[in-house]
Amino acid sequence: MEKIFFRAESLYDVSTHYCPGCGHGIAHRLVAEVIDELGVREKTIGIAPVGCAVVAYDYWNFDCSEAAHGRALAVATAIKRVHPQNVVFTYQGDGDLAAIGTNETIHAANRGENLTVVFINNAVYGMTGGQMAPTTLLGQKTSTSIEGRQKEKHGYPLKISEMLALLPGVTYVERVSLQSPQEVLKAKRAIKQAFENQINNLGFSLVEVLSPCPTYWGQSPKEALDWIRDVMQKEFPLGRIK
Amino acid sequence: MAKIVINQQRCKGCFLCVNFCPKGLIKKSRKLNKRGLNFAEFDPSGGCIGCAMCAVICPDCCIEVYK
Repeated sequence: MEKIFFRAESLYDVSTHYCPGCGHGIAHRLVAEVIDELGVREKTIGIAPVGCAVVAYDYWNFDCSEAAHGRALAVATAIKRVHPQNVVFTYQGDGDLAAIGTNETIHAANRGENLTVVFINNAVYGMTGGQMAPTTLLGQKTSTSIEGRQKEKHGYPLKISEMLALLPGVTYVERVSLQSPQEVLKAKRAIKQAFENQINNLGFSLVEVLSPCPTYWGQSPKEALDWIRDVMQKEFPLGRIK
Repeated sequence: MAKIVINQQRCKGCFLCVNFCPKGLIKKSRKLNKRGLNFAEFDPSGGCIGCAMCAVICPDCCIEVYK
């Protein structure tokens, strides 16, 4: 009997601190599997964000650096320019990439840095207690929008992937979701494409991953996946943006 | 005949695998693991097809699939 599904070599054999049903565990595994398949584990440098995935370097078995909140792409730019032969990627949440780090994100993309970005969008600030994020949907209840997000008070959900796709320096932008095994496999293909672009020196690539946060959505893990399919994907349509 | 092996001590009991098994071969345990959680249990008698849907959706990489 042959083992056909097993833990990637790039993923340490440890338990994560994530809540049951959290999408970060799936996204970490996809990144690790892609790096193993491309055979670049020895020359990969990941940049961990601030947010729930802040200790991602404890789970990935390759070199990692930490960055100040939102500054992952600035740190990645420096590392990639000093070590252009290395594969450098950032793994950031929506609070990190689309709120405090919007400045760094837009300018790194506009410079066309040859980097890969894995952008985890769960429409909420997970680590700090479920506050409203720029990507929170209209009507969505969070601990700082207890009656639901209202466009008059809080504005609209920020579609940063579409914004970045307008920039000439950006090569590849795709939005994927983790709402079913089929979508997880598509997400893996997109992440692999983003890493291949970097290896082929094609420029800035970003994959936005719609990821469940059952704890701060107040739902069971399965309900959270259904909510992505039925609600979140209507606001953030899947597919290749650029 | 395929089978899966679940790391029951690491399982956090989200039961996404239970929802996505096309054969309905995974169920919630009645026992608790060392975390004090009910975990996912595999029924080897039902004809697992080795599709690995459970392993693909498992957020904690608890499932290995053999075929």
